Amino acid sequence: MIPNNDIKKTVCTFLNRHIKNHEFQGDEAIFTSALFNSLFAMQLVLFLEKEYRIKVENEDLDLSNFNTLNAISAFVEQKASCDCHEH
Amino acid sequence: MNTNLSPDQREILVQFRALIDKIISPVADQWDREETIPFEVIQTLAQQGLWGINIPENMGGQAWDMMTLGRICEEIGRGSASLLSLFTVHGMVAQVLMKWGTHIQKETWLPKLAKGHVLGAFALTEPDIGSDARRVETTAVLSGDVYVLNGKKKWISCGQIAGLFLIVAQCDGKPSAFLVPKDTPGFSQEPIRDMLGFRSAMLASLCLENCPVPRDNMVGVIGTGFSHVAGTALDHGRYCIAWGSVGLAQACLEASVRYTHKRKQFGVYLKEHQLIQEMIANMVSGTKAARLLCCHAGYLKDAGDPDMIMETAVAKYFASQNAVKVALDAVQIHGANGCSGDYPVQRYLRDAKIMEIIEGSSQIQQILIAGHGYQVID
Repeated sequence: MIPNNDIKKTVCTFLNRHIKNHEFQGDEAIFTSALFNSLFAMQLVLFLEKEYRIKVENEDLDLSNFNTLNAISAFVEQKASCDCHEH
Repeated sequence: MNTNLSPDQREILVQFRALIDKIISPVADQWDREETIPFEVIQTLAQQGLWGINIPENMGGQAWDMMTLGRICEEIGRGSASLLSLFTVHGMVAQVLMKWGTHIQKETWLPKLAKGHVLGAFALTEPDIGSDARRVETTAVLSGDVYVLNGKKKWISCGQIAGLFLIVAQCDGKPSAFLVPKDTPGFSQEPIRDMLGFRSAMLASLCLENCPVPRDNMVGVIGTGFSHVAGTALDHGRYCIAWGSVGLAQACLEASVRYTHKRKQFGVYLKEHQLIQEMIANMVSGTKAARLLCCHAGYLKDAGDPDMIMETAVAKYFASQNAVKVALDAVQIHGANGCSGDYPVQRYLRDAKIMEIIEGSSQIQQILIAGHGYQVID
């Protein structure tokens, strides 16, 4: 299992590639903020898929899974754990 | 980045190049005048597996990689930008279903799309909504087991002949996406004619009047219609259009080289004039640069790299602008001949202009690219 804090740190680094000099808080709303452009949603999905070797699919498409660092971290943990079991 | 093609990729491309040269390029001007692409051609291309290029084999497709798909887009764009447009929007629907479709949606539609039994079309733009696409005015309201769709869509490529439409509408005030088969009650299409370019792309206006769409036809969830569903579709669309723009520029270049070989002015062939050579040199270098940007985007796509999205926007922006420049020069080189229907370069120029507008205008790409530039450069 990937430690939760490691996921947050890695995702935070990715977010800072898009928004510099911003310290993202664990419960800070990402999607509902005006920080990101229209391409960001898919960039985030692709990043999570590549970084954690998971597949984000239809049943995962709940915006609450992606709206905060805490939610993303929990989603990746759960998803990576499911995918490991399936393999 | 390795831009060399494998033997398999090369073989596929040789086949498609020959097919385009045989059944597309010689008649593309006629299609342009008649504003249609014959059904038999669509069927012939289906037999070659064209409509299922990006669809998995277990769904009846070819499952080719994105680099190969891009190169095929270049070949199609070299022959007919209108055909490229049909191929692009069809692929956008397939790409969305592969990424965000439910199991049932995939099983229902992907095999039909792969075989070309049904063509797909993507319907985001409306009479009053273009670049500001999040604010589409078409509505979807849940009523029992169906969503009832109302609204109008415009400039929908393939809209006259598609059997399946991916419609973006507001549901509970949030962008959402729905699969709408052509035979849905209350759904109608009206052909759009007399366009500047893409004249045989069979554009249509769509009218949705109390269209009942089963709940299961929603793709993704409420609120993801623009961010994820249209995001996936438009990224694929930009990629195909970028490559198609390279093909169009290549066609301009080839036509210009051939023309300057055979036409004499001032006692020498045009190719001997240095001002002509300047234009040819710019065509060659601009088109090579555009192709490399497309290769880079394709390489990132095949690697699943999130940077693919921005690099695709860069490729689309550059390649479509280059297509316009190259087409302008091609017409210039051809002189009055280039302005007539006797040569294809006038079609190339009209089609090139459309490349700068569809799947996100150049100005939208500039905003995205500049914003990205400010983020990554301190």
